[in-house]
Amino acid sequence: MNHEPIIGTAVPRKEGQNKVTGKAQYVDDMVLPNMLYGATVRSQIPRGRIKNIKFSPGINWSEFVVVSAKDIPGKNCISLIMDDQPCLAQEAVNHPEEPILLLAHRDRYVLAKAVEAVSIDYEPLPTVFTIEDSERCSEIIWGSNNTFKTYLVTKGDVDSVWKDAAYIVEGEYTTGAQEQLYIENNGMIASCDAGQGITVWGSLQCPYYVHKALMALCNLTADKVRVVQMETGGAFGGKEEYPSMIAAHAALLAVKSGCPVKMIYDRMEDMVATTKRHPSRTRHRTALSKDGKILGGEIEFIIDGGAYCTLSPVVLSRGTIHAGGSYFWPSVRIRAKAVATNVPPHGAFRGFGAPQSLFALERHMDHIAEVVGLSSVEIRRRNFLKPGQTTTTDQVVREEIDLNKLLDRALELSDYHKKRMSFSQNNTSGATRRGMGIAAFLHGAGFTGSGERYLSSVVGVEGGADGRLRVLVSSTEFGQGTKTVLSQIAAEALGLRYEDVTVAQADTTEVPNSGPTVASRTAMIVGKLVQLAALGIRQTLFSSGILKESYSPEEFRIACQNYVAAHGPFRSWSHYEEPKGVFWDDEKYRGEAYAAFAWAVYIAEVAVDMVTYSVSVEDFVALQEVGKVLHPVLAQGQIIGGIAQAIGFALYENVAWQNGRMQNGQMTNYIMPTSADLPPIRVYFEELGNVHGAFGAKGIGELPMDGPAPAIVNAVKDALGVNFNSIPLLPEDIFHALAAKGEEAYLKGVK
Amino acid sequence: MSAPSAGTMPCEISFVVNGEQRTVRAHPMERLLDVLRQQLSLTGTKEGCGEGECGACSVLLDGLIVNSCLIPVLQAKGTEVVTIEGLGADDRLHALQKAFLECGGAQCGICTPGMILAATHLLNKNPRPKLQDIREGLAGNLCRCTGYMQIIEAVIAAAHESPTP
Repeated sequence: MNHEPIIGTAVPRKEGQNKVTGKAQYVDDMVLPNMLYGATVRSQIPRGRIKNIKFSPGINWSEFVVVSAKDIPGKNCISLIMDDQPCLAQEAVNHPEEPILLLAHRDRYVLAKAVEAVSIDYEPLPTVFTIEDSERCSEIIWGSNNTFKTYLVTKGDVDSVWKDAAYIVEGEYTTGAQEQLYIENNGMIASCDAGQGITVWGSLQCPYYVHKALMALCNLTADKVRVVQMETGGAFGGKEEYPSMIAAHAALLAVKSGCPVKMIYDRMEDMVATTKRHPSRTRHRTALSKDGKILGGEIEFIIDGGAYCTLSPVVLSRGTIHAGGSYFWPSVRIRAKAVATNVPPHGAFRGFGAPQSLFALERHMDHIAEVVGLSSVEIRRRNFLKPGQTTTTDQVVREEIDLNKLLDRALELSDYHKKRMSFSQNNTSGATRRGMGIAAFLHGAGFTGSGERYLSSVVGVEGGADGRLRVLVSSTEFGQGTKTVLSQIAAEALGLRYEDVTVAQADTTEVPNSGPTVASRTAMIVGKLVQLAALGIRQTLFSSGILKESYSPEEFRIACQNYVAAHGPFRSWSHYEEPKGVFWDDEKYRGEAYAAFAWAVYIAEVAVDMVTYSVSVEDFVALQEVGKVLHPVLAQGQIIGGIAQAIGFALYENVAWQNGRMQNGQMTNYIMPTSADLPPIRVYFEELGNVHGAFGAKGIGELPMDGPAPAIVNAVKDALGVNFNSIPLLPEDIFHALAAKGEEAYLKGVK
Repeated sequence: MSAPSAGTMPCEISFVVNGEQRTVRAHPMERLLDVLRQQLSLTGTKEGCGEGECGACSVLLDGLIVNSCLIPVLQAKGTEVVTIEGLGADDRLHALQKAFLECGGAQCGICTPGMILAATHLLNKNPRPKLQDIREGLAGNLCRCTGYMQIIEAVIAAAHESPTP
C-alpha cells in the first residue's frame, strides 16, 4: 500500500475552482420561486420600555407581512447558553439595534422605505456602557449584579509571595471591540412547508447551533428543522452565534407569509447590529525574584459581554486560561468576570478571549523587563514553561516544546539584535523611529476542559456508488480549508487519491453533529474522527472479503463500488472519546484545559512616522510549532490572514461608540488593512507532532490572532520609549502620549 | 442598497457583457451590480459594502476596473463589461484563476472574483508589475482572509506565465 503522501502536500482546494470562476453559490446568489425579502426593525435607543409602535401613513401596510414577538410559536429566545436573548424584543430593549419587528415584502426597495416608516416610542431607562460602570452596579441591567459569569483559578499560595518579592510590577491593559468584517455580510433564506417543517439556507459556521435555536423558537422536533450551509464568505467567529438570530427571523417571516423569505444584511446593519470581539480590561500584579523569575501573580481579567449573555462565559473561559501565557507561574490567582453593558452582545471572534488576555500579558512582560532591568528577550527566557512544569490550571506540559529554541530561531530570522542596535543608534533624529517587539505565546486547540466530552462529536464517512468516499461532518468551510484538509485526512488514512474523497454539503438532514466549526478544533479533533471513520469503511470492505489486505486506490474504488452495488451505500461512524487520563474540574477550573497547545514566537518591526504618528509594520516574523502541517499553502494562509487581522486589531480597527451604538459602521470609516498596508509576513513552522490530532495536527486557526498586537505595541515602545497599554493604538494616542510626556523635540516636528 | 430614483421609468439599455450583446429593461439609476446579478444571473459579481470601498463587485467596464455598486446601469449603455464569468471557465481557466488556485489566493472566495478582475486590469496595464505596483494596484479590493500575500504571489506567478510584452 505504498502511495504518494497527501498529508503535508499542497493539493488543490476542493471548492477552489468554483471560487475562482464565480460559480460558488453563496446565500445571496440563491433565488427561490415566490420569494419575499425580509428586513428588521431595530431599537433606536440603548435601553428602555417599548410604549407604542406606529406604522406611519404613506406606506401600503396591507402589502407587508409583519412579525412581532407575539407570532413566535415557541420560546422567544435564541437558545444558546443562558437563553436570555430574545429573538424579538417585546416589552423592553437592552441595546441599540435590538430586533423588535420583522417585515417582508416582494420588493426590497419598498421594504427599505417601510422599515424607516415604523416609529417606536420608548420610555428610556438608565444605561451602562463601560466595564467600570457595570462593575459599580450603578444600574442593574442584567441579573442581580450585571455579571454573566465569573471564574477563579488558583495555583499555589500566591498570598505568601509578596513579602519576599524583589520586585512587584503592576499594570493595566485594555483592548477594544473589533469587527470581524468578513466580506460577505450575514444572510439567510428560510422556507416553511406544512409537512416538512422549516428549512434555512445560510452563511454560517455552526449548522447545529442554528438547528437547536430554531427547534426551541418554533417548538419543532429535530426532524422538522433543516439547516443548510451555503458557501460562506468569511466568518472568523462572526457567523458562530448570530446566524441563529437571522435564521430565526427569516423562519418567522416564512411561517407567517407562507413564502420563502430572504434576509441579507447590508454592511451597515451587519456592522452595527451583529457581534464583535469583546472589549477587555486586564490588571496584573506580579511578584518577581531579584533575577527576574516570576514568583506569583494576581491577574484580573474582565470582558464586556454587551446586553445578553450569548457566548461570553466561553470567551471568558479561554481568555482566563490563556492569561498566564507560555510562562511558569509557581503561584497565581486569576479572577475573571464577564459583565453586562447596554451595547449589542459581543461574541465570537478568532482567538475567543485569548488575544485580549495575551495582549495584556505580553505587554506586561515587557513592563517587568523594564522594572527588573532585563531585556525583553531575557525576561521571557527566565520564565518560559518547560516540559514537565504546569500551567496556571495545573496542566502538566507533556509536549517536548523548547520555547528558548523557538525564541532563538525567531531572533535569528528577524535579525533582531542587529536591527535593534542599528535602530537605537538612528532613532535620535530623523522623521522615523524604528523598533522591534516580541511576543511569545500559546493557543489551546479544541474546546476547553470537558467541552469536547460534552460535544461528543460524531463523524461519518460514506462509500458511494461511484466507489468514492464522502465525508459527513457538520464542520463547515468558510475559507480555512475544512473540505480540503478533511479529504486529505480520509485519503491518507486509506491510501487513496485525494480525488477519491469529497465532503458533503453541511446539511443537517445529511450530516451528523460533529460539533461547531470553532476553537481551532476542526483539523485536530474532527480530523482525527474522520481518520477513524474512514478506517471503518475499509474494515467493512475487508470483512466482506471484497478487498485484499494490500490494494491500490483503484482496487479500493472498485471494491467499494461492488460493495455498494450489492448492499447499497454504506456508512461508517466515529464518536469522540476523551483521551485517557485527562482530568478537568469544572468547579475549580483546574486540570487539562486543552489536549494540545500550539506555541509561537512572533517578532514585529515597526516604523513610527514622527510627522503623522502613524505606525507601520515593516517586517513580521511568525514562528510557530503547530504539530504536523497538513497542507503547507493553507496553513501559511491561515497564519498570514490571522496576522493581518491582528495588525488591524493593534493599529487600525477602532469601533467608535456613542450611547452604545457603533458610529462607524461602514468600511469607509472602520479601517481594516489593505494590500498596501501590510508588511511581508514571514511564516515558519516547527513540527513536533501531536498524539491527539489527525496525523499529528494541532489547531492553528486562532493562534496567529494572539501574538501580533503585543509584539507591535512592544515594538512601538522600543521605538519611542513610551509604554502604550491600550489597543487599537491610533496616531492620536501616540500624539497625546508624547505631548503628555512633554517631548518637545517630537512635537515641534522633525526637520 | 439604494432605491432607484422615484419618477424615472424603466428603459431599455444595451451593452456587451462577456462578449455578448445584452439588452436589459431597468431604471437608469439601478446599480449595474444588481442588473448583472438579478437580470443577467451573473452572480459571480459580489456585494460587500455597497459604497465602493471593498471592491467585491469589481468588473471591467471598457477595460477599466470599476465598482459595479457605484455605476448606474445607464452609464454602462454602449460599453463592454467583463465579469468573472467572462474571464475564464472550468475548461479554460485564465492564468490568474489558475495562479489563485495554486498559490492560495482564494480562501472564502467572496472577494476573489473582484480581486481577480482587479489583477487582470493591473496586468493589462502593466504586464511585469513590481511588488509595490501590485500592492497599490490591488489596494482597492479588500480581503479579510488572506492578508494578501498569497494573492500577490498569484499575481506574480500569473505575470510570469504570460508572454514577454
